[in-house]
Amino acid sequence: MPKPLLEVEDLRTYFSTEEGVVRAVDGISFTINEGERFGVVGESGSGKSVTAMSIMGLIEPPAGNIVTGTIKLEGRDLLRMSEDEMSRVRGGEIAMIFQDPMTSLNPVFTIGDQLTETILLHQDVTKKQAREIAIQGLDDVHIPTPQRRIDDYPHQFSGGMRQRVMIAMGLSCNPKMLIADEPTTALDVTTQAQILDLMNRLADERGTALMLITHDLGVVAGFCERIQVMYAGGIVERATADEIFYDTKHPYTHGLLGSMTRMDRAKEERLFSIRGAPPSLIKLPEGCRFRPRCDYAQDVCRAKLPALQHLSVGHDAACHFATELTLTSDRHAVTP
Amino acid sequence: MTDVTSAPAATPPMSPDTLLQVNHLVKEFPIRRGIFFKKEIGSVKAVSDISFEIRKGETLGLVGESGCGKSTTARCVLRLLEPTSGEVLYQGHTEGSGPTDDVIDIVVADKEKLRLMRREMQIVFQDPYASLNPRMTVANIVSEPLVVHGIGTKEDRLQTVKKLLEVVGLNPEHANRYPHEFSGGQRQRIGVARALALNPSLMVLDEPVSALDVSIQAQVLNLMEDLQEEFDLTYLFIAHDLSVVRHICDRVAVMYLGKIVEIANRDDLYESPMHPYTHALMSAVPIPDPAVEKRRQRVILEGDIPSAANPPSGCRFHSRCPIAQAPGICSDQEPELRELAPNHFVACHFPEVKKVL
Repeated sequence: MPKPLLEVEDLRTYFSTEEGVVRAVDGISFTINEGERFGVVGESGSGKSVTAMSIMGLIEPPAGNIVTGTIKLEGRDLLRMSEDEMSRVRGGEIAMIFQDPMTSLNPVFTIGDQLTETILLHQDVTKKQAREIAIQGLDDVHIPTPQRRIDDYPHQFSGGMRQRVMIAMGLSCNPKMLIADEPTTALDVTTQAQILDLMNRLADERGTALMLITHDLGVVAGFCERIQVMYAGGIVERATADEIFYDTKHPYTHGLLGSMTRMDRAKEERLFSIRGAPPSLIKLPEGCRFRPRCDYAQDVCRAKLPALQHLSVGHDAACHFATELTLTSDRHAVTP
Repeated sequence: MTDVTSAPAATPPMSPDTLLQVNHLVKEFPIRRGIFFKKEIGSVKAVSDISFEIRKGETLGLVGESGCGKSTTARCVLRLLEPTSGEVLYQGHTEGSGPTDDVIDIVVADKEKLRLMRREMQIVFQDPYASLNPRMTVANIVSEPLVVHGIGTKEDRLQTVKKLLEVVGLNPEHANRYPHEFSGGQRQRIGVARALALNPSLMVLDEPVSALDVSIQAQVLNLMEDLQEEFDLTYLFIAHDLSVVRHICDRVAVMYLGKIVEIANRDDLYESPMHPYTHALMSAVPIPDPAVEKRRQRVILEGDIPSAANPPSGCRFHSRCPIAQAPGICSDQEPELRELAPNHFVACHFPEVKKVL
């Protein structure tokens, strides 16, 4: 039986703007187990990054507010912690790496300075030991000649190398969970393959749980055990990777899969596309948020926001017709 | 499309169904040091002697990773950058002077000729946020090419704008809005409408969907295909996403560090790639299918792409190539692009068909 590591319950994170309240994350609940690879997929504005920021305690009032909810790490509610306690969790127990490795490193300090800062903050070691740990960390992420490179500045590294530094920094304190927010989106494909391969191996060796946030269904297909699909601040579907791809229950997931071009398929006549665009998070549509773009919408979809319902073991979907629709198309159904 | 009756008499020989032929194109950017006497201390060899052709009505894909020279090539083709050397031959009709079969070398064309050529060749940029002037209304943005070329009266142009907006799937009534009132996908449609305004033959699409969300990407790709059919367009499609390229292109050229390493018809390239770099590139692309992902073997390249200011000797890929003989022929001798199967050109000393999908 997998042991839950992180439990998020009815999280709502809103931002107040001049135009109104942006409901970036609006009532989501999920659990990530120890050592699990958990994928969060969605398009821009779906709330996936705000979810991660909420977990890390990086939502800053007065603009942003966690309105309701609990976020428990091994039973301890992160939202009730003092800033002091939270800063020990952040970087120590949960670490995060971001999309853009250039802006997440400070350009005026060497990477050694930045690595040892994190280590000294979370571990009871001397400066010299911290440097040793940092060099070891750089070696673990396959940065050649780490003894020399540790005194280099971020601009002296390529994009892929900087992301390696970020991973080294994230893993330097052996966190229980690593949140990777679009870690490879800014990188070239061959570099992306290197970085994913590296994260996979390091997480395996250390038993670190990984929450991988991405817009790329291809990346999660091979990497994650479970996938959660988000749309306009809510969760629309959650299941094992296989079920998301081969036994899709939500029309949005289905549309997303259909819109993807596949390199291993000869050309099809036309790509399936979801009409329209995602709604404004200030003025969400009545009822189901996907309704205005959904081919299957009916009256009930306008009347009521569908709750995330349990369909089978480990498979949830938020659609009034989740059990009735047959959403298979040979476009992405493959006989394994 | 093919005009067989009037074969071009111009030199050099060009097949009548070729729209654009690029010969030995080179683009180097000087590296200068000093404030007053900017001494040239070297150069970035962004594009190093590449040749290819684009046939009328086809979509040629130019793929590669950042820094491989694909965007520089596109900009040289349009002469938005001055090529260091080489030829860019365009064969088509130039509006106003009636259909001709003149072959024009864009690289040496004078200002007036170039201005006329610009009607024939348009570009759509990657970033729909940066490529539209935020202070101009959509009507002004889309009609600007018409104004520049002095086409039609103000009233005519407004009608054209409305028609164009409809063609790209936007509401013509929104012509008086500003770019910020539109989403990313809609902005990209505005960029496409602007490119269509002069009724060009060739459209250069520089990563037109990379900044868009997946569901919007599909809409724009479908639109590009519809437009190609409706307006007899020829596309030069620059992209780093090999999945998108397989969907939209007829032929594909793979670039690495300023060189074309492989060029072939789409399905030949994807089904039987021969260059080790193409193998690595394709095997790195994730496929949205867990079962396929589980059984795939990845070729993981070591290290990063070398600097274009100081490219490796011989074959430029030899420093990262899993099958290179270096020191040896691969580090000594630059491989030529050879036709190893019909219409399938590869620049490698040890080419080998390998299934990577």
